[in-house]
Amino acid sequence: MSEAVNAKFEAVVRDPLILGHKSYHQMTEDICRPVEGKANKYWWTAFIISATTMTWGILCLAYTIGNGIGSWGLNKTIGWAWDITNFVWWIGIGHAGTLISAILLLFRQRWRMSINRSAEAMTIFAVICAGLFPLFHTGRPWLDYWMLPLPNQFGSLWVNFNSPLLWDVFAISTYFSVSLVFWYLGLIPDLATIRDRAITPARKFIYGLLAFGWKGTARDWLRFEEVALVLAGLSTPLVLSVHTIVSFDFATSIVPGWHTTIFPPYFVAGAIFSGFAMVLTLMLVARKVLSLEEYITIQHIELMNKIIILTGSIVGVAYITEFFMAWYSGVQYEAYAFQNRAFGPYWWAYWSMMTCNVVTPQLFWFKRIRTSAMATFVISIFVNIGMWFERFVIIAVSLSRDYLPSSWTMYSPTFIEVGIFVGTIGLFFTCFLVFARVFPVIALAELKTVIKKTGNQYKHKGVLHK
Amino acid sequence: MSRIIYGIYDDESDLMSGIENLQAKGVKCVDAQSPFPVHGIEKLLNVPRTRISIASFMFGATGTTLALWMTWYMMVHDWHINIGGKPNFMFYMNLPAFIPVTFESTVFCAAHGMALTFLLRSKLLPGVTAPIPHPRLTDDKFVLHVEVKNESKLDETAGLIKASGASEVLMKSLQFA
Repeated sequence: MSEAVNAKFEAVVRDPLILGHKSYHQMTEDICRPVEGKANKYWWTAFIISATTMTWGILCLAYTIGNGIGSWGLNKTIGWAWDITNFVWWIGIGHAGTLISAILLLFRQRWRMSINRSAEAMTIFAVICAGLFPLFHTGRPWLDYWMLPLPNQFGSLWVNFNSPLLWDVFAISTYFSVSLVFWYLGLIPDLATIRDRAITPARKFIYGLLAFGWKGTARDWLRFEEVALVLAGLSTPLVLSVHTIVSFDFATSIVPGWHTTIFPPYFVAGAIFSGFAMVLTLMLVARKVLSLEEYITIQHIELMNKIIILTGSIVGVAYITEFFMAWYSGVQYEAYAFQNRAFGPYWWAYWSMMTCNVVTPQLFWFKRIRTSAMATFVISIFVNIGMWFERFVIIAVSLSRDYLPSSWTMYSPTFIEVGIFVGTIGLFFTCFLVFARVFPVIALAELKTVIKKTGNQYKHKGVLHK
Repeated sequence: MSRIIYGIYDDESDLMSGIENLQAKGVKCVDAQSPFPVHGIEKLLNVPRTRISIASFMFGATGTTLALWMTWYMMVHDWHINIGGKPNFMFYMNLPAFIPVTFESTVFCAAHGMALTFLLRSKLLPGVTAPIPHPRLTDDKFVLHVEVKNESKLDETAGLIKASGASEVLMKSLQFA
């Protein structure tokens, strides 16, 4: 007989992942409620704040387009600063979504099912925010199509496939489009649920279009699961390649502090680290506002915190390794770059990074802290800040003092640059808030397959079954 | 003339035991609809394993070939530029620099090709009307499609479906693509 009929609780020693007494219908009700009901005042407050911030960012971008990137604080020595820092930061944040949806799928981690949908949405919004920076940093964003391998009017001069910047164009556009498809295919059955529950004709029509006529036959589900598995298999090397290629932007150059072979694994670990912090920041708020505490439990938070300890420690080891190599290599420029990081004029950025990324996540070794929603929220914000400083330290601080002391200089952002960055945060939260009202934030159909293995009321039955 | 009638079950275990029960009595179960994947049902219903991963592999191989051809054509054949003392004379010498783009192109074609194949094969497109026998099919009901060869056996088969654990039997006519 099949697995479904013999459904046993996953393992008796494990805590249930879904609390309360949930039937399939109750799960549908709980998860469709935020989409079908009216928004509460917390949602509207958050939405108005983020939409206002986003508008400010749009105005700053418009000013940049009108006046050129001379309106930013960049100079001849420091050509990459806030813009590329923000780009790398946002791209990194996106990585946690793919890790949860793809890598944890391959590892058969059932706890991912409560959080994968919103983490994937977060990936997509983070990549949109990230993409804005290089697109506008070109100075003439209306010519951005020059980055594509198109024949053009200057003779057949093509893009340079030897350049990591072009690899970035391919990596990020592939990452964005594949993540979008992965996310949307997963949404189709849940959109069909909303379609079939719809009361108003408008809702029925819109969700009918969005659900693509999903009917859920045995063949459909067979293909659906196969597609999800193969997409996970494709996304796993893809997500690792994206931050690897982003790190190549730096590692293939000769700037001291950038020219390091450790960059790819170090950037990928940092990306997952910052991404999980952002997932936690979002989830802790979302589970409260959408009353999903029975689906996104303290156990989920604890498991994510464990990933934060792991990746945070990898990042910490990478920082120390970089320092060791700067000394051990005997290259004076490299040694100076690192001395300058820790004790130069930007010492505060370096030590903020060390405190937020290396010290604070270690607090998660204490069970009381990693199972506390409040403490996790605070530490996740610290990690977000720390990872932003990491990108700033690598990018701007390395550039500020390289080989030629006569060109050494300092950098400070203009209010336009700050406005664009804050604006992308507004854009990110606006997108997420709209997503939480329009789409089911939990992968409903997928979660129904595991309620008998991970639900609270089945734990006891699992014991009896043995 | 044969027609399809629908048995509605309340749980996936009822559906599975129902299918076995009906098949033992010689009733032909052709398909099932469920709110989530029910593992093992494909064996009971003799649904062959999907070949979509093979399609994905072929799309991926196409992506690899396209990228290799594109980099060779643009960088080596059509207009080879010497950038920073690193010329593009020979394809094999520059190949390491083309690997990232080749990889991304492979993943791009494999993922999108497979997703499109899935949508087309399962007839999933915006504007398609879904045949939904029971309004709670996508919520918590499981629908079994039973083929009745002879109209005169309709009531008898309905009784058998009911006896196999179904909560309802529906006699609708729906168009399944």
